[in-house]
Amino acid sequence: MRKMIKPCGLHCIKVKHLGVTLGQQVILEDINLHIHCGSLNVVVGRNGAGKSTFIRAVLGETPHTGTIEFKDRENGRIQKLKMGYVPQSLNIEKQTPVSVYDMIASYHSNLPVFLVKSRKMQEKILECLNIFEAGYLLDKQVCNLSGGELQRVLLSMAIMDSPNLLLLDEPVSGIDQNGMELFYQTIYQLKVDYDLAIILISHDLDYVKRYADKVILLDKTILRQGNAKEVFQSEEFAEVFQVK
Amino acid sequence: MGMFAWLQYDFMRFAFLAVLIITPLFGLMGTMVVNRKMAFFSDALGHSALTGIAVGVVLGVGNTDFSMAVFAIVFALLLNQISSRVAASTDTVISVFSSCSIAIGLAILSKGGNFSKYSSILVGDILSITPKEILSLVFIFAVTLVFWLFCFNKLLAVSLNRTLAGSRHISAAWMENLFAVLTALTVMASIKWVGILIINALLILPAASARNISENMREYHFFSVLFSMFSGVLGLIISYFVNVATGPAIVILASAIYFTTYVWGRKHNL
Repeated sequence: MRKMIKPCGLHCIKVKHLGVTLGQQVILEDINLHIHCGSLNVVVGRNGAGKSTFIRAVLGETPHTGTIEFKDRENGRIQKLKMGYVPQSLNIEKQTPVSVYDMIASYHSNLPVFLVKSRKMQEKILECLNIFEAGYLLDKQVCNLSGGELQRVLLSMAIMDSPNLLLLDEPVSGIDQNGMELFYQTIYQLKVDYDLAIILISHDLDYVKRYADKVILLDKTILRQGNAKEVFQSEEFAEVFQVK
Repeated sequence: MGMFAWLQYDFMRFAFLAVLIITPLFGLMGTMVVNRKMAFFSDALGHSALTGIAVGVVLGVGNTDFSMAVFAIVFALLLNQISSRVAASTDTVISVFSSCSIAIGLAILSKGGNFSKYSSILVGDILSITPKEILSLVFIFAVTLVFWLFCFNKLLAVSLNRTLAGSRHISAAWMENLFAVLTALTVMASIKWVGILIINALLILPAASARNISENMREYHFFSVLFSMFSGVLGLIISYFVNVATGPAIVILASAIYFTTYVWGRKHNL
């Protein structure tokens, strides 16, 4: 991944009238969003508000209505949007013989990991792991990583082929206070150093207040969006989180 | 000469060849069956062989091997579909369908008191394999190898996280269904030689043993195939000298390897 001197702010992602219906149930409706590169956008809302569904719809996994466009702001040219995704957790048991190399290579290479460990791939993976000071984890078993370590590995994997948009689905479970601070600093650094738009789902309102460029309050649709101060002081926010 | 006296018989030579194909195949497939927690799934598949034969008998199909394979494939795809849709836990769903299908199979095959005709498939007999049947094993082994070379990474990716795999344009449904079909074919091609009762052990034990001592995918596959082939070949030879059924001899050895690796892995903190 190439480091940018400064975020250009010239690309944007436009989500227009996005909606998701599962069976008879409307999960999301009429979501309109405008996201700039180099910005950290945090989605907040109560449980079951459709936050994870929103991420999955943007990824294209959940069928949705509406459009997602990725535009060059100068000439309005529509480009292909590359997305990186950091999941909440992995489906992995204790004792599973999958090393960090195996996992990352399985997503990013066609060279069968059960047969060979390619030096080229290894260097590429190390380069990304090193951005998050996780190079020493290369040969560790994924199931033995601590919460913080796993998170850094997943982040490295997500940015491996320079995505334009990074989606993170509450990736801070099982992490202590120090780890949280480190995580938000890392995310902040990512957005400053690389030409990257970030959408993050979070429950940690204190950190959101300090780090988010834009807060999106979601409950089936977008109730309110804007900077942290605006959203946190809004009536809608008070209603959802029952603060007085 | 004494040690290799068994090789002078044709049936032993064919059985030896069959073991040399079946065991690495099972060692390979087993790694993913265990990783994806599909032990119960493959067990149910093995049991569905009876139903497949029954369906063949009812439809008047001359070659019940064919109806068995087709039924297993349909059964595997159905189980995949249903467990991804029904809210009940996967093992409950598999159990319901598996019991239902075995009951139907047993009912049909036992009609008129004829079940003893089919009971040989419960234990299996590798000594009765013919060169033509060995060829069909070679074919399935080749297909599996190609699938493994081209799709293993994707299969692993899907098993770790479906959404993450989707974000890398890997189709989870395709991979899962292909793997289920391949497992069905492998199990059906070998079931007459290994037997319904122990075929799952052959699929699970080598991979489970390899897990005890492996830290990455290369070690995992190497040990799984090694353990599988070792217990297969040695089991065949022992069964010849001790005069017991080959399948159980192989599984007893594979179990011994499992317990040994378990203790070894514990001791070395793997």
